Amino acid sequence: MSTIGTGYDLSVTTFSPDGRVFQIEYATKAVDNSGTVVGVRCKDGVVLGVEKLISSKMLLEGSNRRIHAINRHAGMALAGLAADGRQIVTRARTEAANYLSFYGEDVPIKELSNRVAHYSHLCTLYWWLRPFGSSSIIGGYDIDGPQLYTIDPSGVAYRYYGAAIGKGRQAAKTEIEKLRLAQMTCREGVMAVAKIIYGVHDESKDKSFELEMSWVCDESKREHQRIPSDLLMEAKAMARDAQEDDLDAF
Amino acid sequence: MEPMAGGWMSAAHSMGTTILAVEYDEGVILGADSRTTTGVYVANRASDKITQLTDNVYICRSGSAADTQVVSDYVRYFLNQHTIQLGKEATVKTAANLVKELAYQNKSFLQAGMIVAGWDKYDGGSVYGIPLGGTLLRLPFSSGGSGSSYLYGFLDQAWRPNMSKDEAERFVVKSIALAIARDGASGGVVRTVTVNAHGVERNFFAGDKLPLFHEEISPGRNPLLA
Repeated sequence: MSTIGTGYDLSVTTFSPDGRVFQIEYATKAVDNSGTVVGVRCKDGVVLGVEKLISSKMLLEGSNRRIHAINRHAGMALAGLAADGRQIVTRARTEAANYLSFYGEDVPIKELSNRVAHYSHLCTLYWWLRPFGSSSIIGGYDIDGPQLYTIDPSGVAYRYYGAAIGKGRQAAKTEIEKLRLAQMTCREGVMAVAKIIYGVHDESKDKSFELEMSWVCDESKREHQRIPSDLLMEAKAMARDAQEDDLDAF
Repeated sequence: MEPMAGGWMSAAHSMGTTILAVEYDEGVILGADSRTTTGVYVANRASDKITQLTDNVYICRSGSAADTQVVSDYVRYFLNQHTIQLGKEATVKTAANLVKELAYQNKSFLQAGMIVAGWDKYDGGSVYGIPLGGTLLRLPFSSGGSGSSYLYGFLDQAWRPNMSKDEAERFVVKSIALAIARDGASGGVVRTVTVNAHGVERNFFAGDKLPLFHEEISPGRNPLLA
């Protein structure tokens, strides 16, 4: 990739003449090159899914988790540099715990997302720090219902019905827009997300991947948890079949 | 008994006090006496011991007047910021938690027994007692201050769940009046604050409006005058 911001891209504390901070854009590129992460907000909860690209056949299945629990009612799925993502998860957990300790109530998902965004933004303000090369999708269920937020390296948090980050995000967003999320239950959402991730995975460019999914919904008693293994197997099978059907069309 | 030769003028203001808060069917009623003392001198015979924290949460204060005022001010400040950031009104539980945090973390410096009560849409009317050490306990009714010692048996026997507003107010006023009758550090008038979904209502019961008990002389009839 050619350097487009020659001279103005050496430090995160430098603006370019056209008002861009290149270091933040470069950080976002790290996210764009990682495996796809998808999140959807259904009528009774949120479903998160990750296309976990496998770099080596020797890796144990289920290791290198990309989805983490923040507290009972919220989870976070990461894209981009894994180590940077771990730092963000640790911070989010601390913020959630501190809020509970100080205010006596679970942190609202909006407040949690704002705090994570604040932290990410903090790291774009000083020359001795670099921006996080990691975006996160937060899925949570609080007293105002299920909510989905995305936080990117620039430190902005957006609330979504459906979101996708990573290399397959364009194709994934197209697929998500076709879904009628307000009428879907999380069970249906799990099937849809699995299908989308299998769909956007590029067999020619990337070797293989493992699908990692979680949800927080009425069925899980508003607690963030990994998809039950029987449902996950069913979703994977359905998604694989759907891919074969598409291939047969040729 | 020797008067405290001038010492009463500089002694710290203490609210001997009787404070009380009860849940009723639509919300909560907070009640308090109005006597503030410095030693045996009544510094203020009409004080207001029920203080506002937010639109929907109030606090009853007993113990050191200064300590409880400062704690209330801090909590009001935190809740104000919290409400703005949250985008909706704070819950009674949050307010109570903040008071508890201050009371517990500063327990060696404070002498403050407080009751936080109010109404929010998630839990309805709630009463939280926060006594001296900084415990936080949600209860259907809670009492505090020196006068509360005389009320334990009465409250246990007479409180019922889901009282109407009038029943509950009479219950609160009767309780405070009973405590005033026996506790020298409690006296003056009875103030009540009612908080429910519709808002807040303050009430005031002067000496002649209070019920009389065993061997009490009715006010307004001075036996020395013709």
